[in-house]
Amino acid sequence: MLRFILRRLLIIIPMALLVVTLTWGLIRLAPGNFYSGEKKLPAAVEAAIRKKYGLDEPWYKQYGMMMANVVRGDFGDSLKYPGQSVNEIIRRHLPYSATIGILAYFLALFVGMLAGTYAALKQNSVFDFGPMALAMLGLSIPNFVIAPVLVILFAFWLYVFPPARWGGASSLVLPVVTLAAVYAAYIARLTRAGMLEVLRSDFVRTARAKGLDDRTVLFRHAFRGGILPVVSFTGPALAALLAGTVVVEKVFALPGLGDIFIKAVLNRDEPLVLGIVAFLSILIMVFNLIVDVSYGFLDPRIRYE
Amino acid sequence: MADSYEKVAGQSLWGDAWKRLKRNKLAVASMCFLGILIVAVLVGPSIIYWTTGFTYDLTPAEKEMVRSFPPSLQHPMGTDDQGRDMLARVLQGGRISLMVGIISTFVSLIVGVSYGAIAGYLGGKIDNVMMRIVDVIYAIPYILIVIVLLSVFGGPNTPHWIQWLSTTVGGAGNQGLSQLFLLFFALGLVSWLTMARVVRGQILSLKNQEFVMAARATGVGTFGIVFRHLIPNALGPVVVYATLTVPSVMLTEAFLSFLGLGVQAPYASWGSLADIGIKNLAIFPWQLVFPGVTMALTLFSLNFLGDGIRDALDPQTRKF
Repeated sequence: MLRFILRRLLIIIPMALLVVTLTWGLIRLAPGNFYSGEKKLPAAVEAAIRKKYGLDEPWYKQYGMMMANVVRGDFGDSLKYPGQSVNEIIRRHLPYSATIGILAYFLALFVGMLAGTYAALKQNSVFDFGPMALAMLGLSIPNFVIAPVLVILFAFWLYVFPPARWGGASSLVLPVVTLAAVYAAYIARLTRAGMLEVLRSDFVRTARAKGLDDRTVLFRHAFRGGILPVVSFTGPALAALLAGTVVVEKVFALPGLGDIFIKAVLNRDEPLVLGIVAFLSILIMVFNLIVDVSYGFLDPRIRYE
Repeated sequence: MADSYEKVAGQSLWGDAWKRLKRNKLAVASMCFLGILIVAVLVGPSIIYWTTGFTYDLTPAEKEMVRSFPPSLQHPMGTDDQGRDMLARVLQGGRISLMVGIISTFVSLIVGVSYGAIAGYLGGKIDNVMMRIVDVIYAIPYILIVIVLLSVFGGPNTPHWIQWLSTTVGGAGNQGLSQLFLLFFALGLVSWLTMARVVRGQILSLKNQEFVMAARATGVGTFGIVFRHLIPNALGPVVVYATLTVPSVMLTEAFLSFLGLGVQAPYASWGSLADIGIKNLAIFPWQLVFPGVTMALTLFSLNFLGDGIRDALDPQTRKF
């Protein structure tokens, strides 16, 4: 087990470097650069800037310089915000995304697993169709439609929560609910499917045959296997939530990482894009590893050599 | 005497699935809704034009009419800021949104199925490398890929076959339309990854079965085995996943349009209509409500239909 974890942790490093390389290639492939969008610079100024950022070197030298810094964990300064290092920017904006992301994650897990389990137990009844139709609706309404509707309802009509911006616990409610809605819907559907599968399996029948009561069968035996599909979904989902989701941050005017990322891509702020992509890809791979490891604990049938 | 026996017709997998799908009321309702929607989207704009003269980009000539009116008999969905008929715009937007869903899914289908099938069949090192590539692309945010594809191949750099395609569909010299087609392909090219994984898993379980061995023994080449023997047998999960890809691509397009990167004026999709509607939500709620509800209903139906097809194709669920 320990060897498996170590090996996977070691693979993450070259994979992340590969992701950075591909991203760098993608950015360079697109015509133009950070300076081409701004107003035309005098030739001398442009030459000076190109020299400062090493843009006058051949591409492989630029790539080498970039990689040499990235390997040391240094992404350099942002082009859009001169004097601010990429690491600083990420560190500053991550807490906002992380706070609403983690809260939304737990809200979605709680609501989704509760609704999914309940629906599976009461299969083909109103308590099954109702939550499942609601979950389908949650998947079908884009969150940029949910968010403003919630704002109008709770901020402008009922005056319960502030409509936007960061400040106090009450300002977190609407963004967290918006963010959690889609994930809760997914998790509810996955939990229902997983629980239905497990409730029909032999080991649950054995547990019942032993004379265990419903509650013990459900929580001690069925639940662990039933949430396996949810577990594999939540790894990447948590990474996406932590990184922030652009829409929610845009609608609620939160200074999170997702918003910064989109702006960086649109501004061609190469160091910032590379930094965020590297950070995200490592996050995704670490969470995938955690998911794979937790599989082994949840399902004794899965073994890693 | 032989013809007094009852004829027993063979039941194909697909015929069987179709029968089960028809028993699923929600799936049938979804199909009806989607059918009506497709007809409305195809002929609706022309009917509106013949009966009332409104089109999706017709701004009224009178100055006092150029503002957003609430729904009325004349404009069942109201008008937008420019006084344009919202019903015509929602129907026209539906054309674009459905086209995004269908064309992008088709692109992702072709790329994903071939990639996954080849990786799964060849196996070993090649499979390992191909799947690690998928992992790496997964880790790159798709927004970045779409933006780069759009800017690399946008404007004068648009590939000839995309220009040819848009010329055949919409007539020559239509720069906006070829950019639209570019967007469809860009979206397709970022949504094939999961399809590739699904197909690879299927192929892995199929490739050691006897019929493949038999095909190989009769001298069928790798290409023939993959495309003639393996892929047709893996089609069930592919169909299911494809029906679920359609709504997800449509959501992605709406999301891109919301960020101002998707469909550009004069074209409109449900996503870009909703984007405008959100800005005016407090004053002109109908500008969001109608495109938003139409889109939600469509995605709702597509998701339910996808679920229904999965249940119909998966014999496991027959027990219920």
